[in-house]
Amino acid sequence: MTGLIYLIPAALFLGLIGLAAFLWSLKSGQFDDLDGAGSRILFDDDRPPNPKTETKP
Amino acid sequence: MTGAAITLDREAGAEAGRCAHCGQDTAGGARFCCAGCGAAHRLIGELGLDTYYTRRGDMGATGRPAAEGEAIPVTPFVMSEGDQCRLDVMVDGLQCGACAWLIEAALAHDPLLDHARVNLTQRRLRLSWHGAPEIGERLAGVVRGLGYAVAPFDPERLATTLDAEERDLLRSLAVAGFAAANVMLLSVSVWSGALGEMGTATRDLLHWVSALIALPAIVYAVRPFARSAATALAAGRTNMDVPITIGVTLAAGMSLFDTWQSEAHAYFDSAITLLFFLLIGRYLDRRARGRARSAVEHVAALTARSATVLDANGQARIVRPSEVALGETVLVAAGERIAVDGRVISGSSDVDTALVTGESLPRPVTPGETVHAGMVNLTRAIQVATERTGESTLLAEIGRMLAAAESGRSRFVALADRVARSYAPVVHLTALATFFGWLLLADAPWHPALAAAVAVLIITCPCALALAVPAVQVVASGRLFRQGVLLKSPTALERLAHVRTIVFDKTGTLTIGRPELIDRPSAGDLEVAAGMARASRHPLSQALVRSAPTAPALDDVVEHPGEGLAIGDVRLGSRRFVGAPDPADGWRGPELWLAQPGLPPLRFRFADPARADAAETLERLTALGYRLVLLSGDRREVVAELAASLGIADWRAEVGPAEKSEAIAALAEGAGPVAMVGDGLNDAPALAKAYVSIAPATAADISRAAADAVFQGDRLAPVAEILDVARRAERLVKQNLALALAYNLLAVPLAVLGHVTPLVAAVAMSSSSLLVVGNALRLGRR
Repeated sequence: MTGLIYLIPAALFLGLIGLAAFLWSLKSGQFDDLDGAGSRILFDDDRPPNPKTETKP
Repeated sequence: MTGAAITLDREAGAEAGRCAHCGQDTAGGARFCCAGCGAAHRLIGELGLDTYYTRRGDMGATGRPAAEGEAIPVTPFVMSEGDQCRLDVMVDGLQCGACAWLIEAALAHDPLLDHARVNLTQRRLRLSWHGAPEIGERLAGVVRGLGYAVAPFDPERLATTLDAEERDLLRSLAVAGFAAANVMLLSVSVWSGALGEMGTATRDLLHWVSALIALPAIVYAVRPFARSAATALAAGRTNMDVPITIGVTLAAGMSLFDTWQSEAHAYFDSAITLLFFLLIGRYLDRRARGRARSAVEHVAALTARSATVLDANGQARIVRPSEVALGETVLVAAGERIAVDGRVISGSSDVDTALVTGESLPRPVTPGETVHAGMVNLTRAIQVATERTGESTLLAEIGRMLAAAESGRSRFVALADRVARSYAPVVHLTALATFFGWLLLADAPWHPALAAAVAVLIITCPCALALAVPAVQVVASGRLFRQGVLLKSPTALERLAHVRTIVFDKTGTLTIGRPELIDRPSAGDLEVAAGMARASRHPLSQALVRSAPTAPALDDVVEHPGEGLAIGDVRLGSRRFVGAPDPADGWRGPELWLAQPGLPPLRFRFADPARADAAETLERLTALGYRLVLLSGDRREVVAELAASLGIADWRAEVGPAEKSEAIAALAEGAGPVAMVGDGLNDAPALAKAYVSIAPATAADISRAAADAVFQGDRLAPVAEILDVARRAERLVKQNLALALAYNLLAVPLAVLGHVTPLVAAVAMSSSSLLVVGNALRLGRR
């Protein structure tokens, strides 16, 4: 039964990491736009060049 | 602009006969269905963003741009700090992620812009930039150019506290979920260990660890329920949250004591799992309501207006309608909604009073006449001297009638709360009786007596009962939401299920609320008429344009308010204006005449048609046993004709706002609960007076606010759908309540006799909750 002394804290610690990660993502607004976030990932990479950094055609 | 002006060759997603921008069918194989689509397509091409058309793929066709839509100035809504400006706007027409990408990418071309972010869920766009607040107009113009409607909104007016509450529920849910999973893990080992191998010390250790996890989590997660219970108790009432809070608190306290006493059972798992289940229900309920509310706000913001005030030097200043002072002169451009009550001091025009009085045809106004907030100025710019603002406008007056009517409705108590009212005392008395029963009758020491009493409280803790109603409501409102129906009031479904009589308004409710051309003239004539009509905002002109959307606009059109349009000798307007003879067919509805040199005058007849599926929907409602009544503010013969064509036997015409409200009260006395379906300002008091009310999304602001449910789109079928879903939801709620009570009747005797171990409690609670949720899900299936 001595294994419990390590295993219970370890299990709790891992659980707490998950909880903290969820609360952080909630706080940082990652759940604000669930509909948009799903499709955003498909388009974000190839945004056309920003004219602020490149010369205009 | 015509299709030939488009220089782009790439035609991703375009097919012959379909508009290359919005995908709707076009006449004669044209590339675009209307000029607005052509302009949007060209702008997208110029910005190099035409991959948009491949990206949107099957995710949905783009909406047809509101080409003639009124552009609401956004400058008064810009929040600026130094030269750093921020603006939040509602965007209408968003279909999918590709739309969000298109808007953000198009805006990124603006060198002054710092940041643009579309929120697809809330359909909002947040912009921030360096420079003058007026730059906001240009940015909003870009989005409008892409074919989306843009409307500013006042962030202060949209309640943000409710959003905070939703987040708090989600946080509580996360904490409770974490704790419930871990405590249950420990409990399972205690239960399996109880068969023999586990020693007392190990069991106590596991109980202490459970307490360590569960107690802080319970303190955190019980707050939403405790707050609501405290509010109810302070008001001298009781609701479902009172037994929940007492049960959870007692279970936790008792278990802590037992753990300290090294007893065999602890109920930490029951307490926290109960909270977890209830929080899921509460969160989903909250979110469904929040979605409906934000959709209603979205509609409201899209119809919000600003006012242009002229000062003594003739300088124009754009302000919010609430900021206009008494006596100030307001300039109302053609096509703009009048924001104040006042007297016309210069200019003459036609105003559309449909939303205020229910009349379907515009009324000419000249200097000296009174106009009201909510009317739409159609033909020419007018200046209005503000006579009444804020509390004294017609709008505010109707608002007061509304408040008086609504106070009657707030007495309605939801079924769940009625059940809770009798349930809570019974539960608490049973627990008390159990305690004294064990103590006195069985001569037991106080500890097992208390344990049995707490077991009663835990087992009766209304998990299934508290989920019975919200589970059905979430499924029902989700199903209605997908069909464009927004439920605003939490008790709307329940009240809808009781309805026996349905009262309809005419203009804008049974009909579309705008005239449509009913004649089919030759294409050439129609093109000339529509080309001229493009210059006017008169509803009849707009109807001509709608029936010939590809007709190019003609130049040099002169508009004569109240009479018609002219280009030289070509005239389009009233019979008197074009000098046409009186046709002897007795047509008394709206008409326009087109006179071209050398040709006989041509007549275009219009009618405000019933919604396409109105007759079918009313038939369905009659078949379901509802009594249908039509109350309209419009003229007798118009109402009679529509009533006859739709088969409504019971109708009244020329009814004022107060009379409508009285008629509703009279009907309610005679024929049971009345549902009102209406859209105009004149319907608002009746909407509030009725037992339950439904409004189309095109309704006046105040009517939408007064209604319990709002439906979108051009069809009337949602009204029948709402009533159908409400009836089925009512049936499911009753089944669920019966299931939950049956479970209690089985479990309570066990608890009273002291046979409920934590394992039994966990199994019983989970299975009863799953049962009611599963039953509720049946409503989601069509």
